[in-house]
Amino acid sequence: MTLKAVADLDLCQGHQMCQGEAPDVFGFDEDADVVVVLQERPEESLRPQVTAAVTYCPAMALAIEEE
Amino acid sequence: MTVTDRTFGVAEIPEVSVAVPDEDGHGHLAELRTDPVALLERVHAECGPIGRFRIADKEVIMVTGAEVNEQFFKAPESTLDQAAAYPFMTPIFGHGVVFDASPEERQQALKNQALRGDQMRGHASTIENEINRMVADWGEEGEVDLLDFFAELTIYNTAACLVGLPFREEIDARFAEAYHGLERGTDALAYVDPYMEGVESFEIRDRSRETLVALVQDIIDRRRVRGPVAKDERDLLDVLISLDMSADYITGVFISMLFAGHHTSSGTSAWTLIELMRHPEVMTEVVTELDDLYSDGSEISFQALRSIPRLESVIKETLRLHPPLIILMRQVVEEIELAGHLIPPGTIVASSPRVSNRLAEDFPDPQSFDPARYQDGRQEDLQNRWTWIPFGAGKHRCVGNAFAMMQIKAIFSVLLRDFEFELVQPSETYRDDYSKMVIQLQRPCRARYRRRQA
Repeated sequence: MTLKAVADLDLCQGHQMCQGEAPDVFGFDEDADVVVVLQERPEESLRPQVTAAVTYCPAMALAIEEE
Repeated sequence: MTVTDRTFGVAEIPEVSVAVPDEDGHGHLAELRTDPVALLERVHAECGPIGRFRIADKEVIMVTGAEVNEQFFKAPESTLDQAAAYPFMTPIFGHGVVFDASPEERQQALKNQALRGDQMRGHASTIENEINRMVADWGEEGEVDLLDFFAELTIYNTAACLVGLPFREEIDARFAEAYHGLERGTDALAYVDPYMEGVESFEIRDRSRETLVALVQDIIDRRRVRGPVAKDERDLLDVLISLDMSADYITGVFISMLFAGHHTSSGTSAWTLIELMRHPEVMTEVVTELDDLYSDGSEISFQALRSIPRLESVIKETLRLHPPLIILMRQVVEEIELAGHLIPPGTIVASSPRVSNRLAEDFPDPQSFDPARYQDGRQEDLQNRWTWIPFGAGKHRCVGNAFAMMQIKAIFSVLLRDFEFELVQPSETYRDDYSKMVIQLQRPCRARYRRRQA
């Protein structure tokens, strides 16, 4: 199973919390004010960071999909 | 219109029975003002995923369950309007003060100011300081009224973090008390007429608002005498004064800024403590977790922003069982289809956190307090994003929820480090007063505290 990081741009409110939790995986589009997924399929070692970003996203806009 | 000959319109949506006699011709308003939880639960039990009731001249269509809730929460602002659905807020904010910004404006506001992720550490430290001040005169042991205590504490927290530290230093218990009077004015009678004569709660509301304006006017006057201060010492009040806004308008802006974050955080903090006192084994786990976390001398302002899994689970379970808002409403602006029914403009549509959060299909053994629901592997909040809805859902999901969680984590980091708590009354006598749209703890709601021995 590989890890896939998914963001729902309709739900993102631009809190930028995910950049604190998983800075290599999530970035921010300053113009559009929404999250940018920098690595769609991050390495397994980043799973704890991505999981924390999903858990603490105030807009519930992030998810992990298993492939 | 060709819509009229459709099979499924509003008329085909089942209407809930009447439990409280309607003597004024206002439909289910009498029950909404006395036992709204019973009404909302019955709408779901009798009507299923979509049902309706009537308050004054408004049809209210209530949806329940993941599928229809998702439709409800995903509808764009142009289809479902929030402000028009809450007429009881207009006299509280005052004329010309917006109820709530559009999602785009909220996002812009978030980017510019107080609620942004990188501001949180400063807020955590501010809140730690406020709690320390609140308990400074507690002594070794005593009793506390949970409603008074948390209402006052959260006014200071939100004022300090959202308006600014200088403003916080200029308000005291009088401000908290008047603010509470406003919240008591959220009577659902406002659906008939928010300015109805001879209604005590409306009179208290209007007097309380006048008191707040007078307090703010005093602060403004003192600042004008003092003269301008250096830029880095200014707070939001200085900015609004420099824009020549009236005390009435500035007060309205502050009321609206503080409103969403006040009774919600205050009630959730109180219920978190009540549930912890009701479940001593959970209390012990949380106290141990916090003791371990802070044993290295780390700062609350740092840890409150980090993961505190057991405490977080307790807060989430408290929010599930005691959501501060039991019904979320929108007014239909453009015809919308919900659960196969076409709903015309002017109708109010609603979803109930109180009902959705206790659906047995999503939350096994829904009435029981079980923080283990949020552990890895279960994560019933994330698994049920359209029915675990104490913060709402979708684009309008509470923009302050990260702030709220941090605030409550900071509050309990201090309270449980320094004190032990126990119930004073029989457990089942702690309950909410549902007579107003803003729910508050019903008195008496006292707890006993004793300072922990090192």
